[in-house]
Amino acid sequence: MRTVLNMGTPRPADQSVPPETSDDELAISVRGLSKSYGDVQALDGVDLDVRRGTVLGLLGPNGAGKTTVVRILATLLLPDAGTARVAGLDVVHDAAKLRERIGLAGQYAAVDENLTGLENLTMVGRLYGMPRRQAKARGVELLDRFELDEAANRPVKTYSGGMRRRLDLADALVAKPPVLFLDEPTTGLDPRSRLNLWETIERLVAEGTTVLLTTQYLDEADRLADTIAVIDHGTVIAEGTSDELKDRVGGERLEVRLEDGEDVDAAVRALAPMSAEPPVAEDGLVKLTVRERRGVIVEAVRRLTEAGIGVDDLVIRRPTLDDVFLSLTGHVAEEKADEEAAAA
Amino acid sequence: MRRLVTDTLVIAERNLVRLPRAPDLLLAFTVQPVMFVLLFRYVFGGAIRTPPGITYANFLIPGIIVQNIAFGGFVTALGLNEDVHKGLIDRFRSLPMARPAVLAGRTFSDIVTNLLSMTVLTVTGLIIGFSFSHTTALDVIAGVGILVLFGYAFSWVFALVGLLVSSPESANSFGFIAIFPLTFISSAFVPPQLMPAALRAFANVNPFTIVVDAMRHLWIGQAAGNYVWGAVVWSVVIIAVFAPLAVRRYRRATGA
Repeated sequence: MRTVLNMGTPRPADQSVPPETSDDELAISVRGLSKSYGDVQALDGVDLDVRRGTVLGLLGPNGAGKTTVVRILATLLLPDAGTARVAGLDVVHDAAKLRERIGLAGQYAAVDENLTGLENLTMVGRLYGMPRRQAKARGVELLDRFELDEAANRPVKTYSGGMRRRLDLADALVAKPPVLFLDEPTTGLDPRSRLNLWETIERLVAEGTTVLLTTQYLDEADRLADTIAVIDHGTVIAEGTSDELKDRVGGERLEVRLEDGEDVDAAVRALAPMSAEPPVAEDGLVKLTVRERRGVIVEAVRRLTEAGIGVDDLVIRRPTLDDVFLSLTGHVAEEKADEEAAAA
Repeated sequence: MRRLVTDTLVIAERNLVRLPRAPDLLLAFTVQPVMFVLLFRYVFGGAIRTPPGITYANFLIPGIIVQNIAFGGFVTALGLNEDVHKGLIDRFRSLPMARPAVLAGRTFSDIVTNLLSMTVLTVTGLIIGFSFSHTTALDVIAGVGILVLFGYAFSWVFALVGLLVSSPESANSFGFIAIFPLTFISSAFVPPQLMPAALRAFANVNPFTIVVDAMRHLWIGQAAGNYVWGAVVWSVVIIAVFAPLAVRRYRRATGA
């Protein structure tokens, strides 16, 4: 069940870019990437393209192969087969050069707890080859930007989870890399820190950074990603914009709440021609799946008015990415993750 | 090459800056050896027959310093293991830094901590009756040189251990199962002549014996044969074997 939809619709800022994608416009290009650990086939022929300045969300349950993709693209792991180019460089043959042009922020915040925030950033800057003074200046700049300036000289072990993630992300940005890999950047964060980090990532993308983001949270992919690739058992099973994926699940959900005491059966009869499947009714609420969003509300109101039925409220609900994931993989994202965690 | 040097120094600096902030580790490498000196000197010392003309304090100090130096690399095993688990090794491997620098920086900073614990032990020794005898200042310094070199060699052994084992606890048990007997079945604490034949045979070829006897030659004038060169050769061989193995393992390290 391999379906590749059109590549992402350009975000508003990119509308000058022609829709065809040439090699120059691809910040990341992956073909037939495979990797196995012993008997376990972690990746089985993954293809991905990410246009410059866009965000690709790699969505899938734990163990689907998301982290393996990131590790190969970040030169931490060699693929068994296939090719991958990042920022125009081959991840295997140009690995040393590529490391100057990527930033990596991991699942667990990879910062030294016994160093201060500023010491961490200065160390990373110097390991990128900057002189001490320049590395320190860059560190101060980033601490300021990530609102960590007040904690700059405190050991990281005194930081909260959200602060550590921000420092981790700052580490990844020290060399102003054009391509950024974020491996489950908000896993384990409280809702406020999560929102905070999302806003930071959005600002980076607005400045032109290309981001490959892995996540098991559908709302995160929905909010941040221009294009989403759904990955399961080491293969990309669907790819497209959030909207395209939702369209694939088929239709919109129309929900009509009737005024008190109205005849539910009459309402079902009136609305039935709009849907391929019979509408469902419960407690004065009629639900049906419609193929297309356009004109649905007007038509529903017209039909109900003609039948003389009073409407209290009327809503079109788009399918969520949860619906998408369920229909594509046959299982719910979070449930699968829990199972694997339990099995591990 | 210049990158290797600067990157190594950046990592070494990081290790040394964080050391006083994790004082338990510092304590382990200063207070614990002092405790060992006192226990051996005053609990076992009276029962151990030393070669004629050598007091137990003089016999013990070179041995216990060598043992302690060999364990100095333990900081490297624990530190690297922690870095693997915290994802810092991933961070370093994704940076355009010289590949061996993380390990070279680690082992380099061990030299500093080893010098610290050497000083603590020597001062303790002088207090409990150890004295440099039948020796010259040059020989004493040569002895320090051998200690630094031998400690550096074991840092590479521990670097490999730190990258291979799954947890700090397993690094710990490796230290106690592999290194501890090696130091005890040597001339470090008891003259091998007093051991059963099988142990004596092992003790006589044990590199620890060679290094300890080299130290006794340089610090208290015990006849030494080729032990001084033997100590240097052993150290170089250990580095030549374990440094490439550790760097290879580092390149392939796959994180937690």
